Amino acid sequence: MTDLTKLTAAELAGTIASGDVSAEEVTRAHLDRISAVDGKVHAFLHVDADGALAAARAVDAKRAKKEQLGPLAGVPIAVKDVLTTRGVPTTAGSKILEGWRPPYDSTVVERLRDAGTVILGKTNMDEFAMGSSTEYSAYGPTNNPWDLGRIPGGSGGGSAAAVAAYEAPLAIGTDTGGSIRQPGAVTGTVGAKPTYGGTSRYGLIAFSSSLDTPGPCARTVLDAALLHEVMAGHDWRDSTSIPQPVPPVVEAARRGMSGDLTGVKLGLVTEFDAGDGAEPGVMAAFHEALAALTKLGAEIVEVSAPHFQYALPAYYLIAPSECSSNLARFDGVRFGLRVGDDGNRSLEEVMSLTREAGFGPEVKRRIMLGTYALSSGYYDAYYGQAQKVRTLITQDFNQAFEQVDVLVSPTTPFVAFPFGSRTSDPYQMYLADLFTIPTNLYGGPGISVPCGLSDGLPVGFQIMAPTMADDRMYRVAAALESAVGTLTPPSLEG
Amino acid sequence: MTTTTLPTYDEAIAGFEPVIGLETHVELGTNTKMFCGCPTDFGGEPNTRVCPVCLGLPGSLPVANKAAIEATIRIGLALNCSIATWCRFARKNYFYPDMPKNFQISQYDEPLCVDGYLDVEVNGETVRIGIERVHLEEDTGKTLHVGGATGRIHGATESLVDYNRAGIPLVEIVTKPVPGIGALAPEVARAYVTELREVIRGLGVSDVRMEEGSLRCDVNTSLNRPGDEWGTRTETKNVNSLRSVERAVRTEIIRQASVLEAGGRIVQETRHFSEETGDTRPGRSKETATDYRYFPEPDLVPLAPDPAWVAELKAALPEPPRERRKRIQESWGLSDLDMQSVVNAGAVELIEETVAAGATAAAARKWWLGELARRANEAGIDLSAVGATPAQVAELQTLVDGGKLNDKLARVVLEGVVAGEGSPTAVMEARGLAVVSDTGALTAAVDEAIAANPDVAAKIRDGKVAAAGALVGAVMKTTKGQADAKAVRELILERLGAS
Amino acid sequence: MAAISRDEVAHLARLSRLAVTEQELDTFAGQLDVILQAVARVGEVTAADIPPTSHSVPLTNVLREDVVINCLTREEALAGAPDVQDDRFRVPRILDEEA
Repeated sequence: MTDLTKLTAAELAGTIASGDVSAEEVTRAHLDRISAVDGKVHAFLHVDADGALAAARAVDAKRAKKEQLGPLAGVPIAVKDVLTTRGVPTTAGSKILEGWRPPYDSTVVERLRDAGTVILGKTNMDEFAMGSSTEYSAYGPTNNPWDLGRIPGGSGGGSAAAVAAYEAPLAIGTDTGGSIRQPGAVTGTVGAKPTYGGTSRYGLIAFSSSLDTPGPCARTVLDAALLHEVMAGHDWRDSTSIPQPVPPVVEAARRGMSGDLTGVKLGLVTEFDAGDGAEPGVMAAFHEALAALTKLGAEIVEVSAPHFQYALPAYYLIAPSECSSNLARFDGVRFGLRVGDDGNRSLEEVMSLTREAGFGPEVKRRIMLGTYALSSGYYDAYYGQAQKVRTLITQDFNQAFEQVDVLVSPTTPFVAFPFGSRTSDPYQMYLADLFTIPTNLYGGPGISVPCGLSDGLPVGFQIMAPTMADDRMYRVAAALESAVGTLTPPSLEG
Repeated sequence: MTTTTLPTYDEAIAGFEPVIGLETHVELGTNTKMFCGCPTDFGGEPNTRVCPVCLGLPGSLPVANKAAIEATIRIGLALNCSIATWCRFARKNYFYPDMPKNFQISQYDEPLCVDGYLDVEVNGETVRIGIERVHLEEDTGKTLHVGGATGRIHGATESLVDYNRAGIPLVEIVTKPVPGIGALAPEVARAYVTELREVIRGLGVSDVRMEEGSLRCDVNTSLNRPGDEWGTRTETKNVNSLRSVERAVRTEIIRQASVLEAGGRIVQETRHFSEETGDTRPGRSKETATDYRYFPEPDLVPLAPDPAWVAELKAALPEPPRERRKRIQESWGLSDLDMQSVVNAGAVELIEETVAAGATAAAARKWWLGELARRANEAGIDLSAVGATPAQVAELQTLVDGGKLNDKLARVVLEGVVAGEGSPTAVMEARGLAVVSDTGALTAAVDEAIAANPDVAAKIRDGKVAAAGALVGAVMKTTKGQADAKAVRELILERLGAS
Repeated sequence: MAAISRDEVAHLARLSRLAVTEQELDTFAGQLDVILQAVARVGEVTAADIPPTSHSVPLTNVLREDVVINCLTREEALAGAPDVQDDRFRVPRILDEEA
C-alpha cells in the first residue's frame, strides 16, 4: 500500500489523472497525516478539511466526466497564512488579525483553485512575514521536522515544515528577504523565489511592497517548477505584475534532471565566499555541491559584487520603511482586533492600544525603524541612501550576469538553530538573510535546493538567475538534485 | 481675549501689501474611483460602493484609472502647464479614520503637471496667476460626528464612517504665490476660482460645484509692509463658495493687519472660515508641522505620458473660456463692464443655457443678474446654487412674454420655483397667479372700482386721464395683482369713454 | 549616524500609534540603537550621482480602463468590522481634526 503522503506532487497528479487513486483518497491521506503529526510540528494555523474534501471531490467529478485536468489537479497544497483565502481565517501570524475571514481570494489562491489543487489549510509564519525562524508568530512557533527543538526557518517556516513533514507535497510561501529559501534550506526542502512581479501580490498581505514575492515550496525541483507555472503570470490587479509569459521553468527542470550542465557558468561571489558569514559545516556542504556541479560539466567563475556587503543594511532600511506604511491600516477600525474601546477613550488611544496589543515586538521594532528612516531629516541618509545602494547592487548583478549564467552561494549561513538562540539580539536573527537578500533588492529569482547535511541538519544551496530567467536556475537546481538526491528527515512517528 | 475693534478693510490694507495663494481640489467625474473599479455615482446606501482596494483591506492593491490621468493632463494643458515626461505617485502617511490605509496615495515632488498660468480679469486689468503644480490623488471617506451639539468634531462622542467616497479621483491645483495685487486681493482670489471653474467645466471633467464639494478651495494669505519680505502666511479652509473666497481673504487681511499693527506676530496656522460670521478662526494648534514621511508609492509604477498623446490632447482642448466670453459678449452686444458683471456673478453659462432654452440674452440677463443674484447674495450662496435652472428661467420669461404673467407676478412665481415648488407653470397654476385674462371678470373689477371711486371717475371723464392710475391701483388690489396693468388702464378709460 | 535616544523612540511610538510600555521603551531603545548603527553602513557608499531604485520592474503606465467592476456587498464590507452602527464603521471620538 503506497503511502500517498510520500509521493511527489508530479507523481500524485499522474496517479490521480490515471484514475489509480481518487483525489479524495489523496486528500484524506494528507489530512490524516496532519492529524498524526501536526501536534508535534505545528505547521498549520488552520486546517480546512471540509473545503479540501469538497475541492478533491470536484476534481474526481471532473475526471469522471473525462474533462481535461490541469497538471496539478487533486494535489494537496498548504498556503502561507499571509495570502487571503475567502471565508477562511487569514492571520498573517498576528493577533491583530485573529479570526479575520477575508471577503476575497488572493490571485495566487484563485489560480490554485482554478488549477484544481486542494488547499488543505493555512500555515504558520513569523508575524507579517518579519523574521527568519517563525518564532515571531503570535500563535507559537513551528518545529523543524528534522529536530523539533529547532527552528524551521522563517518567515515561512510553516509551509516548509509542512512539506518536510509530508503533511503536503506542495506549499505556497512568500519571499521578501529569503522567507521561502531560508526555510527551504533548514528543512531540507526546495524553496523558490520567482522574479519579483512574476507572481501576483494581489491578496498578499503586504510587508515590503517592492520586495514581497509569492513562490513555491516542494520536496523536488520539478514539483516546485510545476507549482511555479500554475501560480505565476500577469495579473491586472497588481500594477507591478510583469506582463510577459512565465519563463519555461518546468521544461528547464526536466532538462536539468538529465544532469548535464556542460557550458553553464556558475558565478561564485567572492564577497560571499569570504568565510566570515557562514558556519564551517555549511561552507563544507556548499563546496561539495560545487564539486558535484563541476562534475556535471559546469564551470565555476569567481565574480565580484562589491556592494553585496551593503545589502543587509539596505534591506533593513527599505523593508521596515515600507512596512511601517503598509501596517498603518491595522488600526481597529474596519477589521481585526480592537482593544480599549471603553466609551471614554479617544480613537487615537484605542488605535494605539490596539496596535500595542495586536503586534509583536519584531513588528513594532520594524514599524518604528521604518518610521524613523522615512522621517524628514533622516530620509536622505537612510531610506534614500538605501534605495541608491539598491541601484548599485542591481549594477553588481548585471555586471556579474555578463560573465556567468547564474550566481551560487549557500542559502543561509547557519543550519537550523535552537529556539531562543537568536531572539535576544535582533540583528543576529537578521544575519540569517545574508545571502538571500541581495537578489530581493535586485528583483531577480533565487532557489534553494538541499545539498547535504551538516551535523545531521540540512544545508541549502542557492542559485540566482537574471530577472525573468527563472528557468535557468531551475535547470541548475534540477541538475544538482539529480547528483545529490533529496533529503529525508527522521521519522516523526513515535 | 482682546476687544480691539477691527479696522475696516480699507484701513487694514492701507499699510500693507498682501500675497495670496490658492489650493483647489477638484473631484473628477470619472465612472470609477482612482485606484479601483468601484462606481462614483452619488447616493447609494453607506458602504455599498466599496471593494477591498478602497476599503484598504489587507492584501489589496491600487491600479490607476486611465481616464483620471487623462483628465488631469488636460487640466494641466488648459492651465498652460508642462506635462511631466516621467513621474510617480507617493504615499502621504498619517492616521485618520476616513483614510482606509492610513496613508493617501498622492504625488509629492513629482507632480504630473507643473509651471503654468491662468489669466483673470479684475477691474478691467488682466492678472496672471502662476500655477505651481497640478497633481492627482485619492479622496477620503466621509465621517459623521455624533453626539456633539453641532455635528462637528468638537464635543462628538463617536464618529461613523462611510467609505463610498473613499478613493474618488481628486486633482489638486496649487497656484504660485500672487503678490503685487494690493487691495484687490479678495477680488483676485475670487476671480481666479471663478475662472478656474470655467476652464475645468469646459473640459467636461468635473461638475466643479463648490456647494456639492466637487470643487474645494483653501486660501493662503500673508501681509508685509511695502519693501519688506513676504510675511508669515496662514491657510484658510472651509471656503465653500465664490463669495466665501472673497470674504475669507478680506477678513483674514483685516485680522492680520490688526495683529501686526498692534505689534503682534502672525502664527503660521490653519484657520477655518465661518460662513455665519464671515471670519476665520484658528484650527487646533499643533506643536510641529505634520511630517508625512512621503516616499514613492511602491505599488504603482511610474507614469510616463507619451508626448505624442499629450500633443493630441493639447490640440483637442476646447476654446478657452476667456475667448469664448469675448465671442459671447459680442453676440450679446454687451459692454466690457456689463460683461464683467455677468462674469463676476458667475452667470455666463447660466445665461447661455437660458438663451439655449429659448429666452433672449437680455431677458436672461435681467433675471440672473437681477432677482436671482439678489437672492443669492442674501442667502450667501453662489448663483448656480440659487435653486432655479436656466430652463426654468426661460420658461418664466415665456410666460411673461405670452401675457400669462406680468413682471410682479413673475417674481412671485420665481419665489415658488426657488423654494422648490416646481416649474414656473406648475407654481403659477398651483398658486393661481396667472394674469386674469377673463375680460368679463376684469370688466367687473373695473366697474367695481369705478363705482367705488366716483370722484376719480368724474375726473377721468373730464379728461384727467392721469387720474386713471388710482383706479388701476384699486383694480390691481381687487385682483390681487393678477391683472395686466396696461390692459386695466385701457379698460378703465374705455368704460369711462375717455380713451 | 548617532544613536537613538529613548525620547526619540517614544516619539516614534506615538507617530506610529503604538502605546508602548515604559519597559518596552527601554528594551526597544537599546535594540533600535544597535540596528540603526548597523544599517547606517549604507552611508559608507558614495552614491551622490546614483539614482535611487523605487521599483525593480522596469514598467511604466500600468493603467486601468474607467469601467465599473462589482463591489463588495455591504455585508461583506462590514463583516470584519469591530463596531458597526447605521451601516457605518463606528469609531470612538476623534481628537485630531482632518488634515
